[in-house]
Amino acid sequence: MNLGLLPLLQQLVLVLAAIVLFLSFVLLAQNRLISAIHAFAWQGALVAAVTTVVAATGHIHHLYFSAALTLALKALLIPWMLHRLVRRLELERHTESLQSPTLVTMAAVALVIFSYWLVLPMIQEELAFTRNIVAISLAVVLIGLLMMVFRTQAVAQVLGFMSMENGLFLAAVSATGGMPLVVELGVAFDVLVAMVLFGVFFLQIRESIDSLDVDRLNRLRETGGDQ
Amino acid sequence: MNALTLVLLTPLLGALILGLIRPPPLAGWFNLGVSALSLAAALWLAWSVAQVSDLPGDLGGPGPIAGSLAGDIFGMPFRVDAFNVYLVVLTAFVALTTSIFSRPYMRYVLAIGRIGPRRLRTYHSMYQLFMFTMLVALTTDNLGVMWVAVEGATLATVLLVSLYRTPEAVEAAWKYFILCGVGIALALFGTVLTYFAAQQVISDPAAGLNWSTLYTEAGRLEPAVMRLAFVFLLVGYGTKVGLVPMHQWLPDAHSEGPTPMSAVLSGLLLNVALYAVVRLKMLVDGSLAHTSNPHLAGYLLMGFGLVSFLVAGLFLHRQRDIKRMFSYSSIEHMGLMTFGFGLGGPLATFGALLHMLVHSLTKSAIFVTVGHATHIAGTQAIEQIRGLIRTQPTVGWSLLIGVAAIAGFPPFGVFMSEFLLLTATMKTAPWFTLALLSGLAVAFAGLFRHLHPMVYGTPPEGQQPVAANMIPVAVHLTLVLWLGLAIPAFLANWLDRATGLITGTRLL
Amino acid sequence: MDNYLTLPGWVLAVFQSCLYIALAPLLVGWVRKVKARLQNRRGAPLLQAYRDLYKLLVKEARVAHTASPLFRAAPYIVFTATWMAAATVPLLVVDLPTAAIADIIVLVGLLALARVFLALAGMDVGTAFGGMGASREMLIGALAEPAMLMAVFTLAMTAHSTNLSSVIDYHLVDGFVLRPSYLFALGGLVLVAVAESGRIPIDNPTTHLELTMIHEAMLLEYSGRHLALMEWSAQIKLLLYGTLIANVFFPWGIGRGFGAAALGLGLAAVLAKLAALGAILAVGETVLAKMRLFRAPEFLNLALLLSLLGLLSHVILEVGA
Repeated sequence: MNLGLLPLLQQLVLVLAAIVLFLSFVLLAQNRLISAIHAFAWQGALVAAVTTVVAATGHIHHLYFSAALTLALKALLIPWMLHRLVRRLELERHTESLQSPTLVTMAAVALVIFSYWLVLPMIQEELAFTRNIVAISLAVVLIGLLMMVFRTQAVAQVLGFMSMENGLFLAAVSATGGMPLVVELGVAFDVLVAMVLFGVFFLQIRESIDSLDVDRLNRLRETGGDQ
Repeated sequence: MNALTLVLLTPLLGALILGLIRPPPLAGWFNLGVSALSLAAALWLAWSVAQVSDLPGDLGGPGPIAGSLAGDIFGMPFRVDAFNVYLVVLTAFVALTTSIFSRPYMRYVLAIGRIGPRRLRTYHSMYQLFMFTMLVALTTDNLGVMWVAVEGATLATVLLVSLYRTPEAVEAAWKYFILCGVGIALALFGTVLTYFAAQQVISDPAAGLNWSTLYTEAGRLEPAVMRLAFVFLLVGYGTKVGLVPMHQWLPDAHSEGPTPMSAVLSGLLLNVALYAVVRLKMLVDGSLAHTSNPHLAGYLLMGFGLVSFLVAGLFLHRQRDIKRMFSYSSIEHMGLMTFGFGLGGPLATFGALLHMLVHSLTKSAIFVTVGHATHIAGTQAIEQIRGLIRTQPTVGWSLLIGVAAIAGFPPFGVFMSEFLLLTATMKTAPWFTLALLSGLAVAFAGLFRHLHPMVYGTPPEGQQPVAANMIPVAVHLTLVLWLGLAIPAFLANWLDRATGLITGTRLL
Repeated sequence: MDNYLTLPGWVLAVFQSCLYIALAPLLVGWVRKVKARLQNRRGAPLLQAYRDLYKLLVKEARVAHTASPLFRAAPYIVFTATWMAAATVPLLVVDLPTAAIADIIVLVGLLALARVFLALAGMDVGTAFGGMGASREMLIGALAEPAMLMAVFTLAMTAHSTNLSSVIDYHLVDGFVLRPSYLFALGGLVLVAVAESGRIPIDNPTTHLELTMIHEAMLLEYSGRHLALMEWSAQIKLLLYGTLIANVFFPWGIGRGFGAAALGLGLAAVLAKLAALGAILAVGETVLAKMRLFRAPEFLNLALLLSLLGLLSHVILEVGA
């Protein structure tokens, strides 16, 4: 497949998807919480942009609605909610660096290569131009997972979770041209409710252990806790 | 499809109304009433499905799947067949009996000040909402809606696990939320991949996620894609089933929530997740039928199931909290069921289906009894619960019988289903029989080792009996005994139809 | 590509090389002018850098008594290596005889040679600041080179050659194509360019505080014509990176024949592109602050990450199955 042979709009989709992956890395290694929320908002906006362009090139009209939904939810509403929570929890200036950022970044790169290898048999078939983006979207999902594993701050873990959902949405758009609308609505609703519950949880965790470092949530251990 | 609409609408409306009812006693009774109504609707639904005849030749052939009721609600396709209707009835039944137990229990919890009236409202409302999401997940024909419903069930219960607001409860709820959220996200990826495979062969984009359409076209789905999809789906939904190594959330979530929550989580939600896995396995089996490795899905299920079974049995011994111990027992039994479904064939599938039924009944009964036991002893620590049979004989005896039942003593139902599973293993995969038997023995030893001092030890000073509502426990255990002694014909036939649906051949 | 080994070709090649060393101070003057305007000053005249070089060339060169012969030789070596590296990058036209050696790896190698001698010269006299500057320079170099090579490999993989002329030719033939890998490679190369030419945020070229110096620290002991050559090399290096980015990523306008029209267009195009890049550099220097030294590795890790992502994007998104 020669990239030069694709129409310009489709090349744009590939570029946007690549930037989404880059933002995953930025999100992973970002120390400041507010900047991380902004990076996540940009990632959501770019996923919405990819959806719009795919809708335009493929003339799939219900994708315009999904794009608007993603933009409203992932790029505006959820970052706003997180912002508000961060202000309420007084974490604006909170910085937290990963223990070993180099190793984590290298692990993320390994995950990109792994997800490419994983979907390779699948994309051997001749399909739409977006098939290569499936590997990118799986990489975004797995990097979100990596972020949840290595970050010890509760808000950062939630960002990782939401970034996973971004990757899933990108996978749905790129692999299948969008899931049926009702399913996408359901997923969006679930994500919104999950965000609301996360907000409730931050307050609960803060009340119980007076910090949002989830490493300190360690009373329930395998030996039955400290009794 | 009036029965189905009623089944789904009742808990939903109940949840909405319960969010508004202020007086606690009224809320408790209303909850009970809504559950009773749901059960009635579920039985009606079961009766409707039973009326639909299924000719053996029609199963698995082209065209609509025989033996099921299909319908649309608000444009969403639903399909009720022998497999999910019995789970629907089971869900409604356990919901009812647990709500009978929960009514006075939550009044007591409110009275001692562990929760306030506002949280009690949340509890009741979320209880019915949880039922609604589970029923939707069981009856829907659309894989996407099933995903949304399973995620909805997680979200509905997450607040309930942290209801008591202790640091341990908050930690358990957070772990539950995060781990199940991650698992479910992976399951969504698997669903996307399934839709991707479907789009290659099914022209109608809206029908690409319908299970029945996918089932009839399963042979044409791309095997490479379905293999990858199944791995993600198994890991994703398997997290909610509690398969090792994704089980980390289960002991915490089941032990830290209020006791009625533990009962329904252990008894019902795990079943729904396993149901999702089995439905998807049916699709994958159809897709891989002509490849070089047609039983891959089955092997994966057997692998995860066996590991969960053995690991949970070993971990049982180390537990110091009574509810955690029984949660590990749940993991163990779910592992056994997964192994059975993975083994395939009519004998193992019938056994696994029967096991789903009796395990739900027994486990919820045990958790209810444990709720009373912890109430008596004032703690959940095994070391400090002693002499139950002396303080309150009903509780002591119920616990003893319940544990005997779950450990697989004849003549209880669990023995029957485990016997079927062992027979099936000996027939098809004999070298696993030893592992299963030793796992059962290890779990048995663990349970009784902890149980014996709890029931028979010397009770500490001043331990008083409590007002205990043992009706649900008695009903469940009697049912399990009855099922062990003589399965009624209609139930056997029902399970047989489900077996025929899943494996293509019937047992009886 | 074999008909360029002609006399006009060689003449043009020499002319282009001289144009490099002639244009380098102009670029630096332009960047300073834009920066001054952004800071609400009038700034020095555009040709001030030439006057500074002339002033230094006529002055007497004083050498410390602890200096070895390397100290006297280093400015010439550094200047020559940088000039040769620059000569390989097509400025006006693509098909020059120097194109045969215009391999990107040769370019990187020549720049490394220059860097080594610069560092050695810094350490030669035995002052503390010189040694400090040399070690810092090597740190930056060690981190920047992999990033640069990886970005370059991304280009090479697309164009199937490491020869700069082939790469530019390939791009001209392909037309305007949005490649994700190029986007990342561009990002990586820009960051590397900033680091290697010693601009903010890695190194402040106008600082007088020795403890904040990297490049300047190595030149502290030089004076007269030696200092003139070292400064000139730094300016040529900046021009080199600018031309690399401008002509490889945005090759339109570069001359493809030896006709006067093509040459004129090539010169005009490259001047326009360099002016734009210079302005962007000036804006960047005004907006950003110099980073503390121990954060420089983070900066270069970002460059490496971008280059790596460029390579991965190429394999995943552009090659296809």
